[in-house]
Amino acid sequence: MLEIGMETVYLLVPLACLAGAVLAGLLGWKIGRVAAHTVTILGVAVAFALSAFVVLPDVLAGNHFNGPVYTWGVSGGIPMEVGFLIDPLTALMMVVVSFVSLCVHIYTIGYMHDDPGYQRFFSYIALFTFSMLMLVMSNNFLQLFFGWEAVGLMSYLLIGFWFTRESAIRANLKAFLVNRVGDFGFLLGIAAIYMYFGTLDYAAVFAVAPQLVPQTVTVLPGVEWSLLTVVGVLLFVGAMGKSAQVPLHVWLPDSMEGPTPISALIHAATMVTAGVFMVARMSPLYELSETALSVVLVIGATTAITMALVGIVQNDIKRIVAYSTLSQLGYMMVALGVSAYSVGIFHLMTHAFFKALLFLAAGSVIIAMHHEQDIRKMGGLKKYMPVTFVTAWTGSLALAGIPPFAGFFSKDMIIEAVHYSQLPGSGFAYAAVLAGVFITAFYSFRLLFLVFYGKPRMDDHTKHHLRESPWVVTGPLVLLAIPSFLIGLLTIEPLLFGGYFADALKVLPAHDVVGRISRGYQGLGPFIAHGLQSLPFVLAAAGILLAWLLYIRYPQLPDQIRARAQPLYDLLLNKYYADEFNDFVFARGARGLGRWFWRIGDVKLIDGLAVNGTARVVGWVSSMVRHVQSGYVYHYAFAMILGVFLLITFFLHR
Amino acid sequence: MVPLEHYLILGAILFALSVVGIFLNRKNLVVLLMAIELLLLAVNINFVAFSHYLGDIAGQVFVFFILTVAAAESAIGLAILVVVFRNRQSINVEDLSSLKG
Repeated sequence: MLEIGMETVYLLVPLACLAGAVLAGLLGWKIGRVAAHTVTILGVAVAFALSAFVVLPDVLAGNHFNGPVYTWGVSGGIPMEVGFLIDPLTALMMVVVSFVSLCVHIYTIGYMHDDPGYQRFFSYIALFTFSMLMLVMSNNFLQLFFGWEAVGLMSYLLIGFWFTRESAIRANLKAFLVNRVGDFGFLLGIAAIYMYFGTLDYAAVFAVAPQLVPQTVTVLPGVEWSLLTVVGVLLFVGAMGKSAQVPLHVWLPDSMEGPTPISALIHAATMVTAGVFMVARMSPLYELSETALSVVLVIGATTAITMALVGIVQNDIKRIVAYSTLSQLGYMMVALGVSAYSVGIFHLMTHAFFKALLFLAAGSVIIAMHHEQDIRKMGGLKKYMPVTFVTAWTGSLALAGIPPFAGFFSKDMIIEAVHYSQLPGSGFAYAAVLAGVFITAFYSFRLLFLVFYGKPRMDDHTKHHLRESPWVVTGPLVLLAIPSFLIGLLTIEPLLFGGYFADALKVLPAHDVVGRISRGYQGLGPFIAHGLQSLPFVLAAAGILLAWLLYIRYPQLPDQIRARAQPLYDLLLNKYYADEFNDFVFARGARGLGRWFWRIGDVKLIDGLAVNGTARVVGWVSSMVRHVQSGYVYHYAFAMILGVFLLITFFLHR
Repeated sequence: MVPLEHYLILGAILFALSVVGIFLNRKNLVVLLMAIELLLLAVNINFVAFSHYLGDIAGQVFVFFILTVAAAESAIGLAILVVVFRNRQSINVEDLSSLKG
């Protein structure tokens, strides 16, 4: 039997995706559509198979790996390496990423069927999968940053995939710019780590970190902060950009201009969770700074509640799901903030499945509706699209946190963890996540009821052509619906209470809320039974009931409520005027500053003083000196003789 | 015997005369050339005097060189002068200012 080392397997996982991307991207015009999707799907399938059936069992057996596979360069004695850190956290992320990516690849065959950029699209998403895998498998900050930027680039390219639409171009530019703000903080954080730790390797950094707790940094003159707080906050700024936390969330809703498979893969399941993954990966650093954890907690809680509220009033089917994603990312950050890293990753996993499912279901609806996305023009789709209908129900139940669906376990654990935490800000966070449960259930069932129930509100032509999507679309829906239903049930015990993450995530005993919860854990049955009596379930059920009352039982009621609360409605519909604020303060401010620099610096100083000033001085001096050149030879001769006299005098009387 | 100083004073007077001739002459280019010749001759007197009093013949050898060069120079100068006159119908120094910047 051929003996293949694990290292080769690790390499093969991302490289299979890369190979597919290169083939489809560079030779796509030659090999055609079918071959393009075949090679990319094959590459991602290989990555998934190896992750799920080779790497994961190997890690479960206790074999971890940490080491370089390739030295990229050495600068100043610091090696810059491509290296892999394979531990339970990485293995889990690899499986989730490659599985969702595989589903999305298959789904894309149906969704992009008539698109002229078919091969390009497959090349992009395979390349994205490669980048994301490199990000999660990295064992050093440099490669993390590479993956971080590469997924950002793919996100940019894919949001602007339909590059003839102006709105898509604006959206991808916006995503790129907002991410730049976050990446600026991220890069500063990495630079600070390099400066104080002298290495970029995870293991080495984590080993030194406890000794650097007393180290302080002067942030502003006179303001001393603990080094680890500064590093933690700076890295979190990067996570805020990538994971779209308030106030850097503005790009994610606009990213829905991209094709729906992208929204599912990049802007729900994988890339936006990179920030969550990164914070969890950095748990040995964050554990040492309560301030940084508090920042994570408060920002996460704010995102969770405010974005959920915006989700209530949106009418674009994809935007509702996008705001829901923002809110759920906030939940994950809350979990990280209270040191329940394993719970955050657990929610990341369940969310990846059910949110990808919801997005793909939304995409299926959009296909049937001939690319109409306004839910006010839908309704009554359940009898036309049974598979989409059932899977959308599954996803919504999981999102709302109804037992025994996957979302119930992860969300309930987050709420419990926040409840047990004593970190500053945890009281606010607890209120926020509890309110969030009610709102989440309300908006997700508002969507479900408006789209699938009630009277059809679309025009006759569309209604006439309504039918279920082809199997390449419904297949992935079913594939994702299964884990959306089961994954929480199956994995909560090993992941959270079985010490799966014991080696990968570090939690100080004082912060160990999950440990405290696990002491009261008596098995799945009692957990669900307890969940059914607790406040979150009551709130979720109330949210669903309210959605039913408003959108099925008394459909005229929402308009009356809206009329009563017009200012609030406008505030939410305009997303708290965040875009307007950014436009006014940052865009206009930057333009004003630029204009000022142009007028003062460019026109006055550089053009006026430096360039024209030099010319003017030269002109003035030459107009003076010109008189010397009279043109008369005897003047020149006189000057020469005078010069000789002066020189001789100088030499004789020195 | 005539002392060295007298020769030197004569040379200086001739030199000064020619310098003044160069500056004050605004009319005639020929006078300018003559003043230059005089300048060289004043120097020659110095050479001869020093050569005689120092007993070194090299100074007188230089005088021959200078005379030769001066002759060639005035030949060329006069030729240029003729050309200038043909072109401009004037050898007035005041008019010759095309080098003015």
